[in-house]
Amino acid sequence: MDPVSLTVDAARSAVQERKTTAVALAEAHYARIQKEDGQVCAYLTLSKERALEQAERVDRMAAEGRTLPPLAGVPVGIKDVLSTRGVRTTAGSKILEKYIPPYDCTAVARLEAAGAVVLGKMNCDEFAMGSSNENSGYGPVRNPRDLTRVPGGSSGGSAAAVAADMAVFTLGTDTGGSIRQPASFCGVVGLMPTYGRVSRYGLIAFASSLDHIGPLTKTVKDAAIVLRTIAGRDPMDTTSADVPVPDYVAELDKPVRGLRVGVAKEYFGEGLDDEVRQAVEAAIDKLKSLGCEIVPVSLPHTPYAIPTYYLIATAEASANLARYDGVRYSHRARGVKTLSEMYRRSRDEGFGAEVKRRIMLGTYALSAGYYDAYYLKAQKVRTLLTRDFDEAFRKVDAIVTPTSPTAAFRLGEKSNDPLAMYLADIYTVTADLAGIPGISIPCGETKEKLPIGLQILGKHFDEPTILRVAHAFEQAA
Amino acid sequence: MKVTEKDVAYVAELANLELTEEERTSMLRDLNSILEYVDRLNELDTSNVPPMAQVSDRYGVDEAKQGSERFAYASREDVPEGLRKSLPHEEALANAPDADEEFFRVPKVIER
Repeated sequence: MDPVSLTVDAARSAVQERKTTAVALAEAHYARIQKEDGQVCAYLTLSKERALEQAERVDRMAAEGRTLPPLAGVPVGIKDVLSTRGVRTTAGSKILEKYIPPYDCTAVARLEAAGAVVLGKMNCDEFAMGSSNENSGYGPVRNPRDLTRVPGGSSGGSAAAVAADMAVFTLGTDTGGSIRQPASFCGVVGLMPTYGRVSRYGLIAFASSLDHIGPLTKTVKDAAIVLRTIAGRDPMDTTSADVPVPDYVAELDKPVRGLRVGVAKEYFGEGLDDEVRQAVEAAIDKLKSLGCEIVPVSLPHTPYAIPTYYLIATAEASANLARYDGVRYSHRARGVKTLSEMYRRSRDEGFGAEVKRRIMLGTYALSAGYYDAYYLKAQKVRTLLTRDFDEAFRKVDAIVTPTSPTAAFRLGEKSNDPLAMYLADIYTVTADLAGIPGISIPCGETKEKLPIGLQILGKHFDEPTILRVAHAFEQAA
Repeated sequence: MKVTEKDVAYVAELANLELTEEERTSMLRDLNSILEYVDRLNELDTSNVPPMAQVSDRYGVDEAKQGSERFAYASREDVPEGLRKSLPHEEALANAPDADEEFFRVPKVIER
């Protein structure tokens, strides 16, 4: 048994059956991190003390012969925008370099209550703003499949760690594609649940009407197990939905024969790399051979998704990031004389270039005289984009698309052109705007051995169907 | 060019950002290039389309009710420390760049 290549179930079973211990699993992962992460840079902070304490607790339960909870002893990494009590949480930003949260994010608390062992905090783009992880205040993450390439973003550390066996699974966040696109670039599974499915209490806010928490895993089944653990109403987050949580794992093996799977031509147009197109078309053929009915659908407003997203997300970000004022917990500039000088200089020193750019764009879009032309206009187009999906889902049970128009690009390739970088999210942002769930699963490789991702989108709260289609594809591949 | 140097200075002030000369130059270029791209939204007639602010409008909402009553699903009883205890003073001040035993400390606020 290789302790660092286990799935969630295999890791838990090995601890339950006392073939290994939770402490040994944690130690094996820390050894792996020690060996690999000097090059990949997926972790920002290790929480060894907390991890070993939890692992020992699990091992005592196992020694007493008790039935272990579903994630018992499973080593996990947490994206650094999720608060962890007593463990430094930077959101990838220098402005929070010394921040130690006094409370835990609900999703993390639920993982630990189910026995998971938190190894540490994952590198990411600053405040989750980016598509390549090059915007981290602590240096970029590199793609473990090719160290000259980006792992995607913003959950780049979360995806790279799973791909390089430095965690059994990780949590990421998705505001415009930040779970699914890095999952695609690194060749792992990434699930963005429905908006409101998972509590965001303790998530450092970027764009509140778009932020989602979800897992990055080695298998679709692992994603189902983790979602079952973190989903459900939380009184600490009023946007968390009071909708029953189904048994996602039990639903996985239901047949996919007869399911109607939509293919939208708008996702196969200009800008789509040929190798990605071929892999996704082959995946669609595979689903057909599994008995799915392939149905053409139209999502006509798709070309307007990126501009809509960048107005809404930046407007919300400009409000959310106003809290970093150097008073209560963030960086404060030295030698300032007045309060307003303190605000300006602290924010200038603490925020990176992309964060400042988005705060500026968002502030502009919300400012007097421009609100109607930009912010309100974008909210109206958001309605149209959501209606596109409502219409399509009357005809189909799921929609499949490429996750990203290309495989992983090279470090530095797009970092001087913000607009080119934004277009990396062209197939993922619309699901965030509409609030529907989406999953990215590996569906092949380019000639250069770079992973390609297949995206499966579903109806609100219909994670069971997209997980089922993803699982069937994974098993057949 | 939609955005001028004057706009950049004004918006930076609204956003409490100082920005160096160099940052202002690149901001001017980037904002104009992004806003030019964003302009394609004007190809769409949205005069009869309602704005969408929140996805949660789509579930849990009681459409029969008015105003905030529609969101009754999200409400709870208003009791002191109903969901969790307040943070102890010491913990709440622990991350502050400057504090005494009771308060956050900031530069004088008399003049802006």
